[in-house]
Amino acid sequence: MVDLTSSPYAEGPRGPKPRRSFSRANIFLYGTLIVVSVYYLLPLYVMVVTSLKGMPEIRAGNIFSPPLEITFQPWVKAWAQACTGINCDGLSRGFWNSVKILIPSIVLSIAVASVNGYALARWKFKGSEVFFTILIVGAFIPYQTMLYPLVIILREIGLMGDLSGLVLVHTIFGMPILTLLFRNYFASIPEDLHKAARVDGAGFWSIYFRIMLPMSLPIFVVAIILQVTGIWNDFLFGVIYTKPETYPMTVQLNNIVNSVQGVKEYNVNMAATLLTGLVPLVIYFVSGKLFVRGIAAGAVKG
Amino acid sequence: MHSVEIRDLDLSFGAIEVLKGLNLNIEDGEFLVLLGSSGCGKSTLLNCIAGLLEVTDGQIFIKDRNVTWEEPSDRGIGMVFQSYALYPQMTVEGNLSFGLKNARMSKDEIAKRVGRAAEILQIKPLLKRKPAALSGGQRQRVAIGRALVRDADVFLFDEPLSNLDAKLRADLRVEIKRLHQQLKNTIIYVTHDQVEALTLADRIAVMKGGQIQQLASPTEIYNRPGNRYVADFVGSPAMNFVEGLLIEDRFEARDQVLSIRDYPFAKQPGGLATMGIRPEHVATGAAAEALSFNTDVPVEVIEPMGSDTLAWTRLADEPFRVRLDGQTSIRPGDRLKIGIDLSKASFFDAETEVRL
Repeated sequence: MVDLTSSPYAEGPRGPKPRRSFSRANIFLYGTLIVVSVYYLLPLYVMVVTSLKGMPEIRAGNIFSPPLEITFQPWVKAWAQACTGINCDGLSRGFWNSVKILIPSIVLSIAVASVNGYALARWKFKGSEVFFTILIVGAFIPYQTMLYPLVIILREIGLMGDLSGLVLVHTIFGMPILTLLFRNYFASIPEDLHKAARVDGAGFWSIYFRIMLPMSLPIFVVAIILQVTGIWNDFLFGVIYTKPETYPMTVQLNNIVNSVQGVKEYNVNMAATLLTGLVPLVIYFVSGKLFVRGIAAGAVKG
Repeated sequence: MHSVEIRDLDLSFGAIEVLKGLNLNIEDGEFLVLLGSSGCGKSTLLNCIAGLLEVTDGQIFIKDRNVTWEEPSDRGIGMVFQSYALYPQMTVEGNLSFGLKNARMSKDEIAKRVGRAAEILQIKPLLKRKPAALSGGQRQRVAIGRALVRDADVFLFDEPLSNLDAKLRADLRVEIKRLHQQLKNTIIYVTHDQVEALTLADRIAVMKGGQIQQLASPTEIYNRPGNRYVADFVGSPAMNFVEGLLIEDRFEARDQVLSIRDYPFAKQPGGLATMGIRPEHVATGAAAEALSFNTDVPVEVIEPMGSDTLAWTRLADEPFRVRLDGQTSIRPGDRLKIGIDLSKASFFDAETEVRL
């Protein structure tokens, strides 16, 4: 019998290195993560809890305690009855205004920017680099300097206070960053593919629609995320270029929360705020999945 | 009739001249290889012929038609790219028929052509697959098929085998040659791989700095290189060079003196020159004894390569490679008897580097 324990190989480490789950590094790492999560989630928790309480319960204090009696009345009120000025039809009006602003702005800005980016990446023309530089510089000019000129322009073309005016503003302001995004993405698609398509007799639009677009789902998702959050959360343009009937949701939310007459209905305000934040939240959840799938589907290497 | 004719072609990107006054005639059904190291302008030339790059000056004719201003798709060419450039979202069938659909061809005709190309390239079972589900060799076959269905007069290959592993490359190389023998189309083939060039070409154009250094058959290029660059670039292991002086009927390189009576000089030689001799043209052993010039050289390094062995020695104080039989038992430190047959050597002017 060979005594394995006395063999020199029996001694010493072997196999995977054991790891202690309560090492100092782990405690520090998870501790930090938990503290930061609580820091970010606590306000959300307070909002959700408060929005489900009745006013008497809120007046009793204890903002961290869960509701004794869950009520959805504040949500209903925020959506359909809350008053801003003379209108008492709740946030629903602002929601639909925002949707009416959001959808055309996204479609228009992404459609134009993707074609822009494609042309700048693959169909270089005389001065295309200069054009691109000017466009990018546009992204660095503070919005404030353009507010009043835009008011005049919109007034002159008769779109001031109209939703389509705001759509136009959003489309223009989305252009630099979106064009940059699309240009860089299209530039990363192998040039040989573009050449092959040209030999195959495809033109500008044919290459765009039949070669480039089907490969670009991930970047479109990124652009949509950017635009949805940007446009939905916009307050400045919304308050300037619209009028009370066409206020987007964010502006209306502000008016509800900041209204001075009467009792402050904290539960309604919380519900209204959560409702307003719901759309970007949903977009994150839905497109997060799409985003990963888009990247996986586009991954064809040479 | 010339299949492709290039007249005084210039191409520059801003201040950088890539192609300078290039002239080239390619016969009908010829297999021409553009050979050169990277940056020599060979791919640029191919892109010009394809119409993917706008030329700065000069003309391009395909089948005696001036196509200088024509779109790539109107030039009667098919092109195969190094990266395959298959459309990832389309099936193999979609890839093959994309160009034909753009040309508004009838469905029957498309089906017929795709079927024929798939048959020739043996990719029938792959037609419904996406490129991602194909191996490298299969992808390249589809890429060739895409050129094939166009029924083009001229096929342009841009380093089509460079992305494949060595074995697959050798297999596909033979297949391309077989394809050419079967279809007899004109082919312009760009590569930096001299083995591909020598095995495939009817004629090779060796390029450097945007100019053609030599345009000749593979045997000519290999045996009678037109200048030192061509001699050095073509052949593996590379040619040996020995600097020396040509005086009357002999070539003197340090302590070695060779009689040059056997070498067919173009004109009366004289002055500084470089002698080039391929490692496989150096005779050893008994064969060396029979030659007018033979000497003993020290063996420094041995590189066994299976079928043969490369011995690094020194002649006239310069590294000198000799190709030996693979079964040889020579070792570093041994002395080797070598002989040089000057009818197999090349002489180049030391200054102009042109063949003498």
